[in-house]
Amino acid sequence: MSKFAKKKDGELPAVSTASLPDIVFMLLFFFMTVTVMKDSSLKVENTLPNASEIKKLEKKDRVIYIYVGKPTPEFVSKFGAEPKIQLNDKFAGPSEVGDYILMERAKKSQDLQNVLTTALKVDKNANMGLISDIKQELRKVNALKVNYTTYDGDAFNNLQ
Amino acid sequence: MGRRAGAPEVNAGSMADIAFLLLIFFLVTTTIETDAGLDRMLPPIEPPETDVIIKQKNIFQVSINKNGQLLADEELTDLKDLRAKAIAFLENNGDGTCGYCSGKKNPESSDNPDKAIISLKNDRETKYSTYITVQNELVGAYNDLRNRESMRLYNRKFVELEADYLNPETDKDLKEELKEKVKKIQELFPQKLSEAETSSSSSN
Repeated sequence: MSKFAKKKDGELPAVSTASLPDIVFMLLFFFMTVTVMKDSSLKVENTLPNASEIKKLEKKDRVIYIYVGKPTPEFVSKFGAEPKIQLNDKFAGPSEVGDYILMERAKKSQDLQNVLTTALKVDKNANMGLISDIKQELRKVNALKVNYTTYDGDAFNNLQ
Repeated sequence: MGRRAGAPEVNAGSMADIAFLLLIFFLVTTTIETDAGLDRMLPPIEPPETDVIIKQKNIFQVSINKNGQLLADEELTDLKDLRAKAIAFLENNGDGTCGYCSGKKNPESSDNPDKAIISLKNDRETKYSTYITVQNELVGAYNDLRNRESMRLYNRKFVELEADYLNPETDKDLKEELKEKVKKIQELFPQKLSEAETSSSSSN
């Protein structure tokens, strides 16, 4: 009898926080695995247009990125305010696009070289002239699969 | 006196704090990137060896000028009407060989979806956002037609079928099945969207 009586001291036991680190670690690992570190910092303004009929770009290792847009304010004095192409970390002219694609293609493994997609991340205020030049260069090096990267949204929002 | 209970336990109370610190760091730096966009194929640079003669009525000519105005089939068109116009052109079914089309069978418009070609032309000073909107509407026209056929045949939207097919997590057997379906639908309305060179670069 006395055994049972002892436990009845009326106080609430403290909630154990021993599993808190486990929970936090779980979250931590989730974010660690989904985090993608940016590999090149943007030097151009890059507000993508909206489109609704989009397809997801699966498999990041098969994608080559080309950025186009107006240089950001810190670069305007040096490179002017006209839209420029950014390849990796530097500005480039349209004629350098072909070499860049070939170089990037050579870096990929053999079996991926034929299935590469070129993702064009173009600011919505850019002109088609520059894009046409890029497209022409891409055709020259036979990189025919392109993806005009956009945000998901109503395409008519672009027109304002 | 001191060696009564062996080594004392290390206090793990601060573990949560450390983990939180790391967690917050990764939370802040994470940008879950969702890259998506319009997939297009560029035409190969070598011209095809045999010149295919295409009847004028099988071409739906879309031109965008530098002010973003749209000329579709020689008519000034509002961007909002472009999709409907493209759909009407694609499934016009002028020669009556397309059993699944519900077009008007206008003899002045395209023969059947297999022959219908949409040609897009833009000026060098066209804004990229306008161009994307036009591309989006034209791809949308194809997708609308494909969705309709897909709903009829498989009771599922084409875009969903295709998304599942392209998703790397879909298992193999299902993928094979989807591949068949996607191909079938694509054959019903093949995407023939050609992009001419820009107007001021003056070739052909």
